[in-house]
Amino acid sequence: MSQISQMDFSYFPGCSLATTAVESSLSMIKSARILGLNLIELEDWNCCGSSSASTLCKNLALAMAARNLSLAPAGRPLVAMCPRCLHYLRSAQLCLRDDGETRRNLEEQFGRPINLDVEIIHFMEVLVRYGLNRLGEKARRSLKGLKFVPYYGCTLARPPRLSRQKYFQGEMENILTALGAEPVTTALSHRCCGSFLSATDPEVVTPLVNEIIDSAVASRANCLVTACAMCQLNLEIRCTTKTRLPIFHFSEILALALGAEDYEEWFVRHLVDPRPLLQDLALVA
Amino acid sequence: MDTASQKRSLADAVMARSGTNFKACYQCRACAGGCPFIKAMDYPPNAVLRLLQYGMTQEALTCKTIWVCVGCHTCSSQCPMGIDLAAVMDTLRLMAVEEGVAIGSPHILDFHEEVLRSLERYGRAHKLGIMLRHKMSTKSWFKDLDVGLKMLAKRKLDLWPSKVKDIKEIAGLFQCYWRETS
Ligand code: SF4
Ligand code: SF4
Repeated sequence: MSQISQMDFSYFPGCSLATTAVESSLSMIKSARILGLNLIELEDWNCCGSSSASTLCKNLALAMAARNLSLAPAGRPLVAMCPRCLHYLRSAQLCLRDDGETRRNLEEQFGRPINLDVEIIHFMEVLVRYGLNRLGEKARRSLKGLKFVPYYGCTLARPPRLSRQKYFQGEMENILTALGAEPVTTALSHRCCGSFLSATDPEVVTPLVNEIIDSAVASRANCLVTACAMCQLNLEIRCTTKTRLPIFHFSEILALALGAEDYEEWFVRHLVDPRPLLQDLALVA
Repeated sequence: MDTASQKRSLADAVMARSGTNFKACYQCRACAGGCPFIKAMDYPPNAVLRLLQYGMTQEALTCKTIWVCVGCHTCSSQCPMGIDLAAVMDTLRLMAVEEGVAIGSPHILDFHEEVLRSLERYGRAHKLGIMLRHKMSTKSWFKDLDVGLKMLAKRKLDLWPSKVKDIKEIAGLFQCYWRETS
């Protein structure tokens, strides 16, 4: 095996990836390691402050995000996979840069400085920036035959105030195409998955999720690949269509291509078992 | 101050707090065309702005739309005037809670409070766990669950709760509305 230089990153898993979607986290850490990208979990991180906190109390949401920034060591970028977490951490950083008073109060409360300079980036950006040239060298399985819908949901839509920040439009396709998979672009890949309405109003979400899956089936895709763990969960649990398709976390497919062998423990956590498809494509035994 | 200008000043407050000037909205309804959840709303997103423009702030604060909105920003990315509707909805929800008006979709507020309770206790949220605990009696979450889904839920709940060590520091952050009313 050729030596590749290691690079360190702080890693913010976020609530979903630490629990319900741990398969996403495990496969991401795995693929990163193969590519020489060392993801170091942010010590004692807390919820980014997303959705419910920001719905009920802006100060709480900001303080929660700020605590994470106060825990981020200087000198290495902070990586998130969950688009929501990314969005919240970035918003908080922008906000605290402008609001010195709030920042000072929070710093006093934590007894630590808040890192206003740490670069907050998405895992996909890390791959594109540092991993692309390593992908070819490290690939062990071809993804040939995998016809995937790159499902972004709402993850690329953002408020006008963050419109300048770099996101990862098209990167899922770029990376997985380089590994032999074939993107299917005629399905509903930017339709929101329903977020928390999947819990509170499932009867609203089910028909919308079904439309997404039906559009994927009609486009002759054999799976969907998501960038967000909540999307993955909602597309799986709220789908009632006759033909169901496996919904992968992006990192699972990436890790498979890079030769990971511990996929069993990820795939048992899926509602639609992806193993028959992968066996058909001779991707797994 | 007369009532008309009082109402207008509420609309101004929404603009100031949300950092969004919606005077520029010309009711083209591109936002309503883009919103995936329009069927679950009582007013389309553009109509909420219209209510505010007309000074009908009570209607805006008590409607379902502001609670149904998940903040997906599909609408704002399609708005020709670059209006951040999700920020307006955010602000209206906060104001609805602060002003103690009748909540348009109380079960959605319940869910958010459940998440907040988990955040206060663990510093982290476990959405699926919360979904499962969330008002199981009133909201029939389990009714539409087949056996496979129940098993999945069990498997996915194995890592719960994931917890922050310095939980005191987290408790220190909960000094907002939540503290006073619960
Ligand atoms: S898309 Fe923008 S301008 Fe058009 S109705 Fe909606 S908010 Fe108003
Ligand atoms: S942000 Fe809210 S109003 Fe806008 S499209 Fe999404 S759910 Fe609809």
